[in-house]
Amino acid sequence: MTDLPAGTDDPHSTDGPAVPAVLAPVGGWRTATVAGIDHPTAHGVRLRLDVPDRVDHLPGQHYVLRLTAPDGYTATRSYSIASAPSDPLLELFVEVLPDGEVSGFLDEVVEPGDELEVRGPIGGWFVWTGERQAVAIGAGSGVVPLVSMLRHARDVGRTDALTLVTGARTLADLPYADEFRAAGAHLVLSREDHDGRPAGRLAAADLAGLLTGAERGFVCGSAGFAETASVLLADLGMDVQQIRVERFGPTS
Amino acid sequence: MAITRGFTGRRRTDPRLPPGQYDVGRDFPVLTAEVTPRINLDRWTMTVDGLVANPITWTWNEIRSLTPSTYRGDIHCVTTWSKLDTWFGGVSVDELFAASGVLPTATHVLATSTTGYTTNLPLDDIRGGKAWLVWTHEDKPLPTEHGGPIRLLVPHLYFWKSAKWITRLTLLDHDERGFWERNGYHDHGDPWTEERYSGD
Ligand SMILES: Cc1cc2nc3c(=O)[nH]c(=O)nc-3n(C[C@H](O)[C@H](O)[C@H](O)COP(=O)(O)OP(=O)(O)OC[C@H]3O[C@@H](n4cnc5c(N)ncnc54)[C@H](O)[C@@H]3O)c2cc1C
Repeated sequence: MTDLPAGTDDPHSTDGPAVPAVLAPVGGWRTATVAGIDHPTAHGVRLRLDVPDRVDHLPGQHYVLRLTAPDGYTATRSYSIASAPSDPLLELFVEVLPDGEVSGFLDEVVEPGDELEVRGPIGGWFVWTGERQAVAIGAGSGVVPLVSMLRHARDVGRTDALTLVTGARTLADLPYADEFRAAGAHLVLSREDHDGRPAGRLAAADLAGLLTGAERGFVCGSAGFAETASVLLADLGMDVQQIRVERFGPTS
Repeated sequence: MAITRGFTGRRRTDPRLPPGQYDVGRDFPVLTAEVTPRINLDRWTMTVDGLVANPITWTWNEIRSLTPSTYRGDIHCVTTWSKLDTWFGGVSVDELFAASGVLPTATHVLATSTTGYTTNLPLDDIRGGKAWLVWTHEDKPLPTEHGGPIRLLVPHLYFWKSAKWITRLTLLDHDERGFWERNGYHDHGDPWTEERYSGD
């Protein structure tokens, strides 16, 4: 178990967004070595990285990954951390996008033993350290930071404090589906019936009864999903100041 | 900088792109840490206060009656996307400052949104034709998820400095870090020198 700074989750202002009292440390650029790489879903690649002098992260934080071509051209992208702070390796899960420059490279080219430049952890806002009762809703690659939260909840014996709602098109598309199912996460599949829930997008009915006692909401996914889920939480009565949102990816 | 084995890169840089940025084309990504607020324009106000001769509060109608001013050019987000040759319409921050009378002791500005989001800027980065309050994007009303009805626009810095849902600019004689700046991001945020994270 890694020690986390105390009070990170505690807001110190009452009239603005709750800004964590303790800042997440940001490490410098590190050369990580790929310890493992696999393809758990049809469009997903999981990387296990050995990061020298790694700075402990908080569940929900992300890293940036920088690729450099021989002519000096670089591509930098952000990736949420899937691993728990206690994990000796850093785990990322990347959804492979059509014509994605970085996700395509990670999918097609990277092998164990390769070196990748990374920097992190980053972000002190979208974090859950186990102190508060929370509902976390993610879809697609937006479930990645929820994996870190879940693993951390298990480490500190706080799985009862975390309610998870995870979405994807089908069960086969959901990253970490087995781990989420074993943890009792509520699965929302838009194109497949599941456990008596008919196929369909996230709706108020999916969240009914899940918000009792929840002090904070976390929402992560594409811009469209994040908008829907955060508005649902607010409409169901959650204090908007307690809803923390992470949006990935382009929208027009 | 270490070369990544097997990486050649699919996209090549346009000279308008700062280092490490890529062109999103027609997209306009949304990156916000909060719930998109619903703003009632009848009640929305814009205030300039702090180290000014006259603190002033404008209503929505009042702000829209100021001299129109347009920005046309590029914007850059710290998450590495840039949007080239886009345009926004509104009013220059210089006009608000002229009306309020910035005191000589002022050195910094803290921008505050209706959601409580804050961001800090050195005064010289927000005056002299460098910053606007905008309510149109490419001739259409600025969408809520992009900070509408009205946001700050400081296009020469990373876009988190362009506070969405702006409601207040406070002139200070010291630097006071805002939301992202307290959460690991750089105090200043110049895309051309890649001032992304604190410590850069
Ligand atoms: C805080 C944060 C955390 C994130 N965490 C994760 C995570 O855990 N997992 C994850 O998978 N993603 C995550 N993302 C998203 C990630 O950073 C990348 O945006 C994503 O991997 C796509 O990068 P790419 O290089 O593969 O695709 P890009 O090459 O950037 O392309 C993205 C899409 O846009 C299109 N596109 C881009 N440029 C052009 C162009 N010039 N012309 C035409 N089309 C274009 C591509 O076709 C593609 O479909 C996160 C983002 C943020 C901000």
